[in-house]
Amino acid sequence: MNAPAPRAWDTQRQSRRRRLERAASQGLERRVPAERIIDLLEAVIEPGDRVCLEGNNQKQADFLAESLADCNPERIHDLSMVQSVLALASHVDLFERGLARRLDFSFSGPQGSRLARLVQDRRIEIGAIHTYLELFGRYFVDLTPNIALIAAHSADAAGNLYTGPNTEDTPVIAEATAFKSGIVIAQVNELVDAVPRVDVPADWVDFYVVAPRPNYIEPLFTRDPAQITEVQVLMAMMAIKGIYAEYGVKRLNHGIGFDTAAIELLLPTYATELGLKGKICTHWALNPHPTLIPAIESGCVESIHSFGSEVGMENYIAARPDVFFTGADGSMRSNRAFSQTAGLYACDMFIGSTLQMDLAGNSSTATLGRITGFGGAPNMGSDPHGRRHPSPAWLKAGREAGGDGAIRGRKLVVQMVETFREHMAPVFVEELDAWKLKESMGMDLPPIMIYGDDVSHIVTEEGIANLLLCRTPEEREQAIRGVAGFTPVGMARDRRQVENLRDRGIIRRPEDLGIDPRQASRDLLAARSVKDLVRWSGGLYAPPARFRNW
Amino acid sequence: METLEFIFDSDPALHPAQPAALCGVVGSGNLEILVQPGEDAGLCTVRVKTSARGFGTTWQAVLGAFAATHAAGGTRIDINDMGATPAVVTLRLGQALSEYHQGGAR
Repeated sequence: MNAPAPRAWDTQRQSRRRRLERAASQGLERRVPAERIIDLLEAVIEPGDRVCLEGNNQKQADFLAESLADCNPERIHDLSMVQSVLALASHVDLFERGLARRLDFSFSGPQGSRLARLVQDRRIEIGAIHTYLELFGRYFVDLTPNIALIAAHSADAAGNLYTGPNTEDTPVIAEATAFKSGIVIAQVNELVDAVPRVDVPADWVDFYVVAPRPNYIEPLFTRDPAQITEVQVLMAMMAIKGIYAEYGVKRLNHGIGFDTAAIELLLPTYATELGLKGKICTHWALNPHPTLIPAIESGCVESIHSFGSEVGMENYIAARPDVFFTGADGSMRSNRAFSQTAGLYACDMFIGSTLQMDLAGNSSTATLGRITGFGGAPNMGSDPHGRRHPSPAWLKAGREAGGDGAIRGRKLVVQMVETFREHMAPVFVEELDAWKLKESMGMDLPPIMIYGDDVSHIVTEEGIANLLLCRTPEEREQAIRGVAGFTPVGMARDRRQVENLRDRGIIRRPEDLGIDPRQASRDLLAARSVKDLVRWSGGLYAPPARFRNW
Repeated sequence: METLEFIFDSDPALHPAQPAALCGVVGSGNLEILVQPGEDAGLCTVRVKTSARGFGTTWQAVLGAFAATHAAGGTRIDINDMGATPAVVTLRLGQALSEYHQGGAR
């Protein structure tokens, strides 16, 4: 028997050492001057590397992204990018300029059209569109970064990082990279003597650079109450009375949008008048939505854990540490990976909007010519089959779906939509655009945001459909048609079957819930403008300039 | 602009509290509705002026459902529309008829 040939067990560590030596040989130390950042990137990154360029919902490693895009494609090429959000023009420049070839991501929002063009021109390979938790999970399995380019608010001389309230993805990226012989490079807004708190310890960070300008932060979750319509107020009343109250939903996540902002603004008024204060909406996995301020101030909310922060909410959050998770320094500590886990496993309900829904309840925000991904909705808007701990809402939903002998509960996954969007585009359709997108982009699967079999309820201006109580695909289809209003899908309903579903409580109209649609007035909103929100916050909320119209 | 005219059977409306009721505003995604006494107590006549062309079938369905579920007979309804969705139209029609009956109770 021959002994196996000796093998090296530390090739990754050796590679890391070589890269650090190349940087050292160019005189680059831990603190890198901004004007030498390209020298550093070209010294430590090798062709074919897997690179995580921190893109979040809020803070962006924009200086590192632009610098990487300015590197020489003859030295750096065929990179495989693994990043949750592809939000900046420079993120897409990497592919157009030939530095990167492959992309695994979760959300591309504003860059969706450019991304689709690159796919059609075969200048990018899309590995997959992930949920956040899937992508973070793969950082620790088969998509571990060789290089992480991250953003923080400040660093001390040793390289300890302070992220400020937008911690977001930074810890998960840094951990996956630092503990598998990768190299972590951080951009910071300022160098300080002592960071207010250590969000990422210095021994996980190889290099840091003070960026020439503060990192970009997008106010993504701010909704101006002035734009909430009476139809949205009506749907919010139905959701509160027909779902929140009936299931006693205490732990939840809200999607982004005006429909759910209307619910947040009815908690101190309509919901409190119904006697629901303390019985619903006490614990949240949610970004600090400004429209939640009146509910917090009215004592409706006990706890909020956040994925990231929101511009302008910093002082308000710091003054409410009983509600928000904050550090010893007083400012918020967010964490996308933990908050997504909370939203998936520890919440009883997700409610959000969508652009299209088919007759099986599958929904998608994907439209032709754009590849955007779905952000947090797919994790929040899915029933985690592994959950074990009971709650009244989860048990009630489980019994509705599986009968009294059900051995597991069900998460409430609610889709809330007006039947037509702007320009009379129907939300309810026979076939999602996602299928055509799948064909034109050569994808394995259509990009569906929330799978129909996870959806428990649909709320429209016409009523609520409870899909948990449907027993056949035909019933499900008619339940969906029965709340689809005057869309072609809604008008093609079988009227007798729909009336039968209504008799069984599967479809409920506003009048079945004791709601007169004529009462749906904006006067019910606890705040009707951004200025009202500032007033509710006692002046602590400082809205971004674009939301100041007084 | 497109002008559409409809006539529906509808249960006779209660005696109006005021000769005419006006509801809503002409603004993007919204509409203005004027309800006045009509000539035939069993009919609801509707004239729609809309900025969005080509939605006659949808108007027919939305207004027909309204006339079938409300006592709107003996009224003449004029609508100036700026691309309101059926949800907004239905809500506004209910408000306008209610105001016509109750004299601005809302």
